[in-house]
Amino acid sequence: MADLTLTNVKKVYANSVEVLRDINLDIKQGEFIVFVGPSGCGKSTLLRMISGLEDISAGTLEIDGQVVNDIPPALRGIAMVFQSYALYPHMSVYDNMAFSLQIAKENKANIDKQVRKAAEMLQLTPYLDRLPKALSGGQRQRVAIGRAIVRRPKVFLFDEPLSNLDAALRVATRMEIAALKEKMPESTMIYVTHDQVEAMTLADRIVLLSNGNIEQVGAPLELYEQPANVFVAKFIGSPAMNILPVTINKVGSQTNLAIDATTSVNLPLQLDKKEEGKKAQLGIRPEDFTMTALHKNDVLISGEIAFVEALGESTLFHVKTELHDELVIAKFPGVWDIQRGDALALAAPAEKLHLFAADGNNYSQ
Amino acid sequence: MLTSSSKKSSLTWLVHLSVFLLVLIWTIPTAGLFVSSIRDKDQLSVSGWWTALASSEQKVVYRTPVPDSQIQEADQYVLKGNLFADSNASVSAFGFSSLKPDAFVVGSTATMKKGKTLTVQANGDYVVTSPVPFTKRGQRIFYTADVPPRFTLDNYREVLGSEGLAKSFINSLTVTIPSTVIPILMAAFAAYALAWMRFPGRALLLVTVVGLLVVPLQMSLIPLLKAYNFIGESFGVGSKTYLGIWLAHTAFGLPLAIYLLRNYIAGLPGEIIESARVDGASDFDIFRKIVLPLSFPALASFSIFQFLWVWNDLLVAMVFLGNNEEQLVLTGRLRELLGSRGGNWEILTASAFITILVPLAVFFALQRFLVRGLLAGSVK
Amino acid sequence: MAQLISALLVMCIGVFGCALYFYGANLLLDYCFPAKQRPYDVIARNLRIRNAIRPWLFIGPAMLALGLYFIYPIIDSVRLSLFDRSGEAFVGFANYQWLFSSTEFFESFKNNMLWLIVVPTLSTFFGLVIATMTDRIWWGNIAKSLIFMPMAISFIGASIIWKFIYDYRSGDDTQIGLLNALVVFFGGEPVAWITVPFWNNFFLMIILVWVQTGFAMVILSAALRGIPEETIEAAVLDGANGIQIFFRIMVPQIWGTIAVVWTTITILVLKVFDIVLAMTNGQWNTQVLANQMFDWMFRGGGDSGRGAVIAIVIMVLVIPIMVWNIRRANAEMEGR
Repeated sequence: MADLTLTNVKKVYANSVEVLRDINLDIKQGEFIVFVGPSGCGKSTLLRMISGLEDISAGTLEIDGQVVNDIPPALRGIAMVFQSYALYPHMSVYDNMAFSLQIAKENKANIDKQVRKAAEMLQLTPYLDRLPKALSGGQRQRVAIGRAIVRRPKVFLFDEPLSNLDAALRVATRMEIAALKEKMPESTMIYVTHDQVEAMTLADRIVLLSNGNIEQVGAPLELYEQPANVFVAKFIGSPAMNILPVTINKVGSQTNLAIDATTSVNLPLQLDKKEEGKKAQLGIRPEDFTMTALHKNDVLISGEIAFVEALGESTLFHVKTELHDELVIAKFPGVWDIQRGDALALAAPAEKLHLFAADGNNYSQ
Repeated sequence: MLTSSSKKSSLTWLVHLSVFLLVLIWTIPTAGLFVSSIRDKDQLSVSGWWTALASSEQKVVYRTPVPDSQIQEADQYVLKGNLFADSNASVSAFGFSSLKPDAFVVGSTATMKKGKTLTVQANGDYVVTSPVPFTKRGQRIFYTADVPPRFTLDNYREVLGSEGLAKSFINSLTVTIPSTVIPILMAAFAAYALAWMRFPGRALLLVTVVGLLVVPLQMSLIPLLKAYNFIGESFGVGSKTYLGIWLAHTAFGLPLAIYLLRNYIAGLPGEIIESARVDGASDFDIFRKIVLPLSFPALASFSIFQFLWVWNDLLVAMVFLGNNEEQLVLTGRLRELLGSRGGNWEILTASAFITILVPLAVFFALQRFLVRGLLAGSVK
Repeated sequence: MAQLISALLVMCIGVFGCALYFYGANLLLDYCFPAKQRPYDVIARNLRIRNAIRPWLFIGPAMLALGLYFIYPIIDSVRLSLFDRSGEAFVGFANYQWLFSSTEFFESFKNNMLWLIVVPTLSTFFGLVIATMTDRIWWGNIAKSLIFMPMAISFIGASIIWKFIYDYRSGDDTQIGLLNALVVFFGGEPVAWITVPFWNNFFLMIILVWVQTGFAMVILSAALRGIPEETIEAAVLDGANGIQIFFRIMVPQIWGTIAVVWTTITILVLKVFDIVLAMTNGQWNTQVLANQMFDWMFRGGGDSGRGAVIAIVIMVLVIPIMVWNIRRANAEMEGR
């Protein structure tokens, strides 16, 4: 019922800066989609184009099969929750929630019913007469959501709704939003954030953007386990995936990679003959490393520990290797009695390794 | 440590003292005006207002009433009475001729021509005797008196009544109120458009407004005066109308109003306005229901500015409104009094005080907004 | 009473007429291009039309007013300056020739320059000093309020207040003007202050300084408070004394504001004529451009040519500030 389709959508500003290039995306009714990416990647612009607050420079946006490029926000059947909540400071909570219905000239009884229903759902009933300034951050956030619910939109748009909350409240509100989605399974939600944890925990599908392009679309674990390219690989997961320069030694039923003059590793991956001898990039997540001893032959990487971050539940080792300038990070659960300056040998299971071509794309896709 | 703190405290005292002196210099002129306006006009013209609380020495001429009240005592006809009708001044000297008005001390008896005598007591009681009955005119008595301070609202009564200030007061209000409200309305709409609506030529318009902020009024006067005269003649309505001056004040206030309000409105959080747009509000709805209520501080600041400026204006009123009794505003009236009653300080001070009363009241009541407006208009 | 009622009535008509325009025009626009219960493409078209028209409904009245009361008169003033006293016969640059050969003009020009130097300097100086001092004492706000007060008084009212201070009584009469009373008290001879050529200009300027210092003080006080406390603390730690802190740390940080205050008062000085009109009407060598211009507007039935020329001179003096203002505003808007 509320499918949303973006076809070749572009955004070009007056000074001919391209912020979004050729976006194609299909969103099904009832999906929870998260746009994620570093700041300046165009994710907020994309959301604002869907909302109608920004013009679409080229391409089409369809909601339920209807092209809505020229339709104003209010008639698109969307509702939006802003980063700053954007509550009307001079109106009570009730009036804030009722505003859109009053503008649409709905009858009073109906407005009242909708507002009270939403307030009930969000536990805002005791605060209906208050002004926004008399509410806590989390309550304001709920009013902003309530204001969206009251309109019964086909699509909910969230623009970084949690970034103004402190850490503890952010977790609580995140779960509230997840619960809200459970209660309204039929409505489509599009959520913008720069925080990968929010993206991973909330999304049915993540849309990862960078520099105006979609890097990958997929379920959260799909992005984690099968990143389409180095960018996605490094963006999802914390600490970020280690990327090592390697050379493809031999292709065949397995791919043999030369890590340095003496070390090589076999990957369960079949590659084209023409790839042989090419430079490539090997990705290993810090948490996929296992510890080994220097003399063993499963050693993948070895080096001197540049520094240690003991976090309690886990320990991060930053290892200086001969392979390249960047430190390799390894993450092991628990506390370890290993000091800075000690030598460390690391191994990793072959199936956890990711191989990317020199241009950054994943070989396995 | 000790020297440093004592040095510091002496510096603090210096600051206190300097500020006190400056405040004194800045308030004394107005205080003088106020004190003078409530003094008795005879005292005002012979002594400085700072002596208002001390008694003043006055040289006065008194003429006894027509001699109906004379009584005959033995062979003398006697007139009795008191020099002071309503005050408790004291006489220090008296006389009967203008050549020597203070020839006699109080209590003594002066002998005049034709066997008449005159006695004046310190409290003003006088006795005039004559061997023949008094006829026609009363006897003149010259005396020097120490008059105690006398405060009165007579000056105000006079200027409000016979000097026509009451009428001018209403004229000033008639000019000022619409000249304050209309530009706010016009400027608020324009400011919203300049801040949040997209249309061609917006940047140019904004620059024009900023440029017009400093254009001197003088530049507009002559062409407008000609235009007003032309329109007045063409329609036979006369060129000096309230409508004319409202429009003039409105237009002259607009650049500042638009600039101030635009800065404020552009500073409102964009997400609130976008949120209203998503909620289905048109620009007119957004303006009315969101922007206008939120801009109250800026609207208040500007209205105070404009009110003070219009109320205090002389130039525009003199050019666009008549100088006749019917239309004269307070400032114009003051200027006229300054010409015709230049020496009558009791009239001038009372009139001036009436004129500045309203702006002062507005000023002290709404200073907060005025300061905020000033800051919005110039800083940053 | 009747006047009061009619005044009220006229006021209401004026104000409501204006409000009615905005309300009516917007309603009419929405009525002509409806956006409800129509096909999507019709709605989209109607809304586009609305959005194209509405800004002009909002800004139209203001633009019209600015055009009629500023743009047209500026152009017409230039035209009139080339015509004779009645504005009918073209006389070329005769008015300009007259102006630059008239001693009266040079006197007022000279006086105006004097005003331009003295008034902004003194007002800003006093404003800065008072702002600095009042920020340190507990009754500073009361002091500020009292010094700010003359801002609310009309120039003509201020003139009367000061005329009273400058009042002069000849001979042995008791001086009722404060200034002369002080002079006499200290054993001097009373002086008719506003008739003493050259120096009388300063006595008039004092009035404007008295009025404007409050303005400078309020703005500079806010600027001073905006200075980050850390910079001053850092200077204290670096061993600077109070005067060094003031001139080398605080003043440089508020230069921009000082410039704004300075130019604002400069513009005002160019426009002020009420004080001269009320105090001397240009006698005793106190004429200034604004008063001279007013004079020529009405002298002998009015000479629009000469009046316009003087107005143009005032305008030309303002232009540098106008350019500076526009550039500043532009820079600020790009920063947004």
